[in-house]
Amino acid sequence: MAQQLTAKEPTADQIADQKIYSQFGVSDYEYELICGFLGRKPNYTEIGVFSVMWSEHCSYKNSKPILKKFPITGPRVLMGPGEGAGIVDIGDNQAVVFKIESHNHPSAVEPFQGAATGVGGIIRDIFSMGARPVALLNSLRFGNLENERVKYLFEHVVSGIAGYGNCIGIPTVAGEVMFDESYEGNPLVNAMCVGLIDHDKIQRGVAKGVGNPVFYVGPATGRDGIHGATFASVELSEESEEKRTAVQVGDPFMEKLVMEATLELIDSGIVLGIQDMGAAGLTCSSAEMASKAGNGLELYLDEVPQRETGMTPYEMMLSESQERMLFVVEPQHEAQAKEIFDRWGIICAKVGKVTDDGRLRLFHQGEEVADMPVKALVDECPVYEKPSAEPAYYRDNAKVDTAAFAEITDLNGALEKVLASPTVASKEWVYNQYDYMVRTSTAVQPGSDAAVVTIPGTRKALAMTTDCNGRYVYLDPEVGGRISVAEAARNIVCSGAEPLAITDNLNFGNPEKPEVFWQLEKAADGMSEACVVLDTPVIGGNVSLYNENAKGAIYPTPVIGMVGLVHDVDHITTQGFKAEGDVIILIGETKAEFGGSELQYVLEGAPSGRPPEIDLPTEKKVIGAVLGAIQKGLVASAHDLSEGGIAVAAAESCISGGLGAEIALSTELRADQLLFSESQSRILLSAKPDNAAALTAYLNEQGVINATVGTVKGSSLSINVNGKSGINAPVKQLEKVWKDAIPCLMK
Amino acid sequence: MKFAVLVFPGSNCDIDCYKAVEETIGQPVDYVWHTATDLSAYDAILVPGGFSYGDYLRCGAIAQFAAVMNEVKKAADQGKFILGICNGFQILTEARLLPGALIRNNGLKFRCHQTQLEVVNNGTAFTNQYSQGEMITIPIAHGEGNYFCDEATLAELKANNQIVFRYAGDTNPNGSVENIAGISNKAGNVVGMMPHPERAVNQLLGSEDGKRMFTSILNAWREQHGAAVNG
Repeated sequence: MAQQLTAKEPTADQIADQKIYSQFGVSDYEYELICGFLGRKPNYTEIGVFSVMWSEHCSYKNSKPILKKFPITGPRVLMGPGEGAGIVDIGDNQAVVFKIESHNHPSAVEPFQGAATGVGGIIRDIFSMGARPVALLNSLRFGNLENERVKYLFEHVVSGIAGYGNCIGIPTVAGEVMFDESYEGNPLVNAMCVGLIDHDKIQRGVAKGVGNPVFYVGPATGRDGIHGATFASVELSEESEEKRTAVQVGDPFMEKLVMEATLELIDSGIVLGIQDMGAAGLTCSSAEMASKAGNGLELYLDEVPQRETGMTPYEMMLSESQERMLFVVEPQHEAQAKEIFDRWGIICAKVGKVTDDGRLRLFHQGEEVADMPVKALVDECPVYEKPSAEPAYYRDNAKVDTAAFAEITDLNGALEKVLASPTVASKEWVYNQYDYMVRTSTAVQPGSDAAVVTIPGTRKALAMTTDCNGRYVYLDPEVGGRISVAEAARNIVCSGAEPLAITDNLNFGNPEKPEVFWQLEKAADGMSEACVVLDTPVIGGNVSLYNENAKGAIYPTPVIGMVGLVHDVDHITTQGFKAEGDVIILIGETKAEFGGSELQYVLEGAPSGRPPEIDLPTEKKVIGAVLGAIQKGLVASAHDLSEGGIAVAAAESCISGGLGAEIALSTELRADQLLFSESQSRILLSAKPDNAAALTAYLNEQGVINATVGTVKGSSLSINVNGKSGINAPVKQLEKVWKDAIPCLMK
Repeated sequence: MKFAVLVFPGSNCDIDCYKAVEETIGQPVDYVWHTATDLSAYDAILVPGGFSYGDYLRCGAIAQFAAVMNEVKKAADQGKFILGICNGFQILTEARLLPGALIRNNGLKFRCHQTQLEVVNNGTAFTNQYSQGEMITIPIAHGEGNYFCDEATLAELKANNQIVFRYAGDTNPNGSVENIAGISNKAGNVVGMMPHPERAVNQLLGSEDGKRMFTSILNAWREQHGAAVNG
């Protein structure tokens, strides 16, 4: 059987003559380079290994010039990009480990397993660093929820996430879901995991110590997920449905076992290097571990546990079967390691050896079947500086006056419409399917600005959020990039935490299109500027390109995952109003800014014009002042103004608190403009009457524009504008509209 | 009083149960691995939530065959206090320590949120610190928590006062028979419930109403212990 399958593989000459390499996404130029590195033509296994290592997903060959822009250092950063996940110091010998990763293309063709294995993969990235995963987040984008296919994808992505996270016992505490036609056919499924670690437990994926054995743990290898990394690095097409076999199948129970056993192994102190087998499976983990140690590696493929008979070296090396890890210990610790995995009932097989020749050599059935320089696989993939061009739509949009829409007279109706827009509507339908309480550390549950998870044995906690408004980024990638980071920071601060650092997931279209590459460049510029000003370095992330559908590229969507530190659980703050009589204060300035706003989407169905402006020094001042006020104990509730502006923010604070509010605003704008504008750097606070004067004084002292605009009162939300009634609706009625929207569409 | 928290490979509320015992009543507590063959040192056994063996089949269907379950049965016969929460409840029904079965939620989806429970029987070792009919807030997190039993079993449950908790009013989240959220065995020393009292022991988590389940157990043990000494 094995011979038969091997015999079917094309020879090195056939691969060259028939350009078979191009099926794996390897260009003629790259093929020539590979021949140069090998000093001969690659055989089938070798070209397979090179093609995944040189895919965009593993090599970042198109995005490296972009990633260089990001600030990646800071006094707290213990580990930046390059390992499984970044690590930030949080004091007391503890650190927080986090990373976000996409599973967009798998989820587009097989939503349940695509999303589930996305969650599984990111959890492995965290525990392979030695950290205990404590929370999960998800940033999701789908098309219009009226569309049947979109409903199907939404439903199954959510249950895939739930199925994995709930079983493994890591709470899914936060995230975001947005809906827009732009994502039709190419949904975004970005999963983030946050873990806790003691400084002395931090691991690296290195194959250290020549002669040391290399172990494989986890379930046996099957033929699933072959070429998953390559699949992730091309556009989806009509034929993508046939690529379901490139989607892996998740087993959260197995991952739980592997996680517990791995953490126990790391705790024992005998691990020299460890890495999970994610994209490109055995290939990527072995090559990267050897590369980082400056060593070579030999793999004996007959020793690799196999789920199916007759697997070829090519299949074993490229399989993306899930829940597998690779680690190195000294020979004398082999028995100790095996005992731990035995206890958890997990296969632990010695599959290789660290060598000093800098080569990845594969042996199968007594023969050497591949021999490749590690450095060529990991570091020598060519980096492309793609051409960039400002798109025509961007130039055209300069002329659009986004505030020129016909005046809305039925403001209650408009608010209800925006509240019922699935992007703004309550996501209870989603998060009630996630176990967000397991581990009993979730102090702020899904539905507020950021989730908060306490740190056992301390008075500290972690706040976490994901944010990105793709419409803003589409309209102006640089400004949109800045806003993504700033909004994340604002959410973190509103929860009472100091922003620490970010992980980013760059979801873009095909970078070979100059207009897409321009979006990527500009968005990265904007993000970098915001990260520098707000002091939140990028400690890791993921790039997902080739997100396209029949109509073209998706909106550029650089999702920001941010983590903040709550210094004392007493600072934890939520968005809901707390008590009758509390004073409501609005921070920031409102201008007539509607480009990419939810109101524009509801009225016009598509974004146009320029997005809201953002002044980063102002943002820094605002979030600094709000955090200061929270830490002084002056703030009862805090809510960031985002989609839907002050009208939606006030409604959400009322709904979350189960209380009404009487608000009076004065403005030179039209009432409808004031209520729904999405001007940045604005926050809605409430304070106990006794604290209101001190809060206002403190905000003034910090140089932050603020106005006392009302009181928490009764059971209706009433907003008067320039003395005239703007909005007046019972909170219960608003709540119903907001909560029923998604369940109604999903019935 | 000494507590055991059972640990199956896929248990994931074991740590939460352990912490809850420590934080609410400060009694000694051990994790006990699913292969254990002796539980004689323990006065109370908590069977925690999670996915015991992955539970891709029927929840708890494989766990009933774990070595430790023989010991749990012995302990139940000896009148020791046994509390199964969520997956623990599923395991206790599969092991026939409690009647009935837990089937898929009627909405076919996993549900996680706070629920209002009515304390239907405050006469058990697990509920003696609540008032009869008291409404308490305890969260749920399950996909298969729809309690089902036949008419005869239901009649028996009622006749013996074995229904311990009901979901309040019309808030039944899973379609369970007569809004049942938790039941006991006939003797009253084994209780299973879908809601998670160990997740309701701290105001930071949204409710403290679960605390009294733990103080109830300690109280019952002290009474029993005192009686034994006096007797």
